[in-house]
Amino acid sequence: MTIQDNRGPLTRLLMSDSGGRKLILLMLVLAVIIPFCNLVFAEGSFFHISTYTMTLLGKYLCYALLAIAVDLIWGYCGILSLGHGAFFALGGYAMGMYLMRQIGDRGVYGNAELPDFMVFLNWQELPWYWYGFDSFAFAMLMVLLAPGILAFVFGFLAFRSRVTGVYLSIITQAMTYALLLAFFRNDMGFGGNNGLTDFKDILGFSLQSDSTRAVLFIASVLALIGGYLISRFIVTSKLGRVLVAIRDAESRARFLGYRVEYYKLFVFVVSSMLAGVAGALYVPQVGIINPGEFAPINSIEIIIWVAVGGRNTLYGAVIGAVLVNYAKTVFTGAFAELWLFLLGGLFVLTTLWLPKGMVGLWDLIREKYRHRQNTAAPLAQGDQT
Amino acid sequence: MMILCRQIVAALLLMMCALSQAQEGSLETLATQLIDASYREKAVLAEQIAALDDERSLPLLSALLNSALYYKKDDQRILIVAEDDSITDALSNEAVENLGRRDKKKIGVNNSLRRTLRNLISQAQINSRNPDIRLQAATNLLKSSADVEPEIIHQALAKEQNDAVREVLSLVQGLILLASDQAAERRQGLAALDGSLYPQVRASLNQFIQGFSEEEKISRRDELKMAEKSLADIETLVSMNGYIENLYFGLALGAVLLLAAIGLAITFGVMGVINMAHGEMIMLGAYTTYVVQQLLPQHIGLSLVVSVPAAFLVSGVVGVAIERGVIRHLYGRPLETLLATFGISLVLQQAVRSIFSPLNREVATPEWMAGTFMVNPALELTWNRLYIIIFSLLVLALLALVLKRTLFGLQMRAVTMNRPMASSMGIRTGWVDALTFGLGSGIAGIAGVALSQLTNVGPNLGQAYIIDSFMVVVFGGVGNLWGTLVAAMSLGVANKIFEPLAGAVLAKILVLVFIILFIQKRPRGLFALKGRAVDNA
Repeated sequence: MTIQDNRGPLTRLLMSDSGGRKLILLMLVLAVIIPFCNLVFAEGSFFHISTYTMTLLGKYLCYALLAIAVDLIWGYCGILSLGHGAFFALGGYAMGMYLMRQIGDRGVYGNAELPDFMVFLNWQELPWYWYGFDSFAFAMLMVLLAPGILAFVFGFLAFRSRVTGVYLSIITQAMTYALLLAFFRNDMGFGGNNGLTDFKDILGFSLQSDSTRAVLFIASVLALIGGYLISRFIVTSKLGRVLVAIRDAESRARFLGYRVEYYKLFVFVVSSMLAGVAGALYVPQVGIINPGEFAPINSIEIIIWVAVGGRNTLYGAVIGAVLVNYAKTVFTGAFAELWLFLLGGLFVLTTLWLPKGMVGLWDLIREKYRHRQNTAAPLAQGDQT
Repeated sequence: MMILCRQIVAALLLMMCALSQAQEGSLETLATQLIDASYREKAVLAEQIAALDDERSLPLLSALLNSALYYKKDDQRILIVAEDDSITDALSNEAVENLGRRDKKKIGVNNSLRRTLRNLISQAQINSRNPDIRLQAATNLLKSSADVEPEIIHQALAKEQNDAVREVLSLVQGLILLASDQAAERRQGLAALDGSLYPQVRASLNQFIQGFSEEEKISRRDELKMAEKSLADIETLVSMNGYIENLYFGLALGAVLLLAAIGLAITFGVMGVINMAHGEMIMLGAYTTYVVQQLLPQHIGLSLVVSVPAAFLVSGVVGVAIERGVIRHLYGRPLETLLATFGISLVLQQAVRSIFSPLNREVATPEWMAGTFMVNPALELTWNRLYIIIFSLLVLALLALVLKRTLFGLQMRAVTMNRPMASSMGIRTGWVDALTFGLGSGIAGIAGVALSQLTNVGPNLGQAYIIDSFMVVVFGGVGNLWGTLVAAMSLGVANKIFEPLAGAVLAKILVLVFIILFIQKRPRGLFALKGRAVDNA
């Protein structure tokens, strides 16, 4: 500790984090190889990776970022939010609104002023909250602000009155449920049941072209790395120590003089913004955003990604998100009936026998292996002690 | 012996038929003449039939009006075909079977004949000896906005003794008078209509007021004022009844919420276990009702009664299994419990989907629960909601009794208050936990029986209620049955009162937002536990 540290903040951050180093390395490799294989090699070539696969992976990465956001508050601050899908969806809607404005007069009704669904509903002019979404910069700002402000108001009210534990979980679930109902309404002006879809292009580049998809994929990788580093920075900082203290003994932290609610509020808002970014990257790759994203079950699924991967590690959340979603893709395709059995089983199994998830399992196996080595060579053990 | 008897009776009937057919102007001769008569002759015949003092004539005329009167081609018997295609002889009232489609022929009617028939029938009904039929006839006249000869009403009113029938008849007369061209008669009509809640009266008054031209508004000012005043009075009464109806709907919704939440009040409130599979316990109860009904297809009412204990057992046993298998290992880790039980809820949903198909199943409603009862003409309440309100209160009372007055209830409360102490007094806390969880789940199953009478039974039934039930328990205060009752009823009523103002979905959102804000103010609910229990709750 006394050694003068003149390395950059990034190296310092990653020095003690072997899991994170591997994750970032892997992500960077993916960011190079997959778009390369997609764009350079022709279809039919052995090395070709289809746009479908690339988009699917991009989707998983968005989920992974969402999982990091949840792990940040659940794993490190003990806030089990069952409404994080709402922040994800809000970010997605902000992006979707920008993409809708990009359609211009190329919609079915050819109305340059109004999106198709508003023409269909006989609306005469754009509602005020759609103003500004012609600008990409404004839309990006909203991707952060819409979830951020909701999280701020909601968190401020909840944490100030010390709503904790399962109560908080239940009211976050009620929050996303209320938003689900609200966004289903046609007169909300967000496309009602059908949501926003039929996107054409982003920043002038067609969403259908492979190169745009490749750029979106790279953007997802970078966002994931960025989200990881931000979260890592927070949890390794002094503030992160306080967060862990709050998780383990909230009253004690409060009695020691920390304003628990502000710490919680800060990390909750950051987490919601990360979720919003994930949603914003998700929408152009999937091509649709609808109120179904607000469904409480989606938010609970995020929790299981984190739980399966291993909470309290950040990179575990990434592993969990990718694994569970890969399993979902495989199972809903091949044996649709089995998927819910499997998902339900995962919930029970991880909570009962794998409280630390895959990462914990890996550590356990390594420990056992080491232990066996140690017992095999008692001399070495003696040396150590 | 039986056969002999039947033969004798048949022979007697034949003889009687032959005898009466011989009589001139009897129902038999008149009815048979209908077969070949022209429409104009039919009208005359119908009048003669109506004039007969014969109780068979009314059904016959009604059948003729509804084009349900046939004759048999070979022996010219007059037949009435009911809505369910069963055929009876119009004259002897015997059931006629094994009749091919080509063996019978319809006796035709046209529009002018229909009008005559309608008049004749209402006249006949209004003079019927049975007051129920008279009331029915008078109400029908009111609904068809008095398309009847004024004289008939006048005569009927003069000799009517029954108050209820008199009231409706005088309204019919009022409507007729209102259309009169004499100012005095119109005023008389207005006076008769004052304060009536029948929608037809309201419509006619509205029409009456609309009908005034600009000059008439001045020349017949007092008439207009009178009409407007009585219309305003009626509107006030109707809207008051509307509020009562909303309140009733709200209480019924509250009762449903109560049923759904009582079980949760035990598992979550008393034990502190977050059971996300609670909604699926409700669903299992509803499916149990469906299965029981499939087993007893002939006795729908009985099957519903049997379903209550059956659903309690099914959901209760599943609940005990969940507690012993999963939750037991997770005490003291509420967030993990939440996740594990959520997983169980997914498995149960998919299991039901695999067994019963993802489509909704229909559960029949017994007759005594269907239909409505009329408080007054502007207020009709459905029976099934009343039963559900009563049922939910019964369940609550029973549960309170179990908690307060039985050994099991005592043990349960002891374990909740101080587990180690209870354990050292010899209570098997593990089993008490399991049974408590089973009790809560079983009550959820009973809620499912009630819900199967209100909504579709499908795999997602429970999902729709889980958030609402949690809201009720949190709102009412954890570990408090009274709080649950008050919270359920007030949320139900609030939902239904907002609904006409803001629409169903917005009302729901408003209530959710309200609860979220409410929890800010009182994080432990309306009726919070006090003292040391707060720390443990």
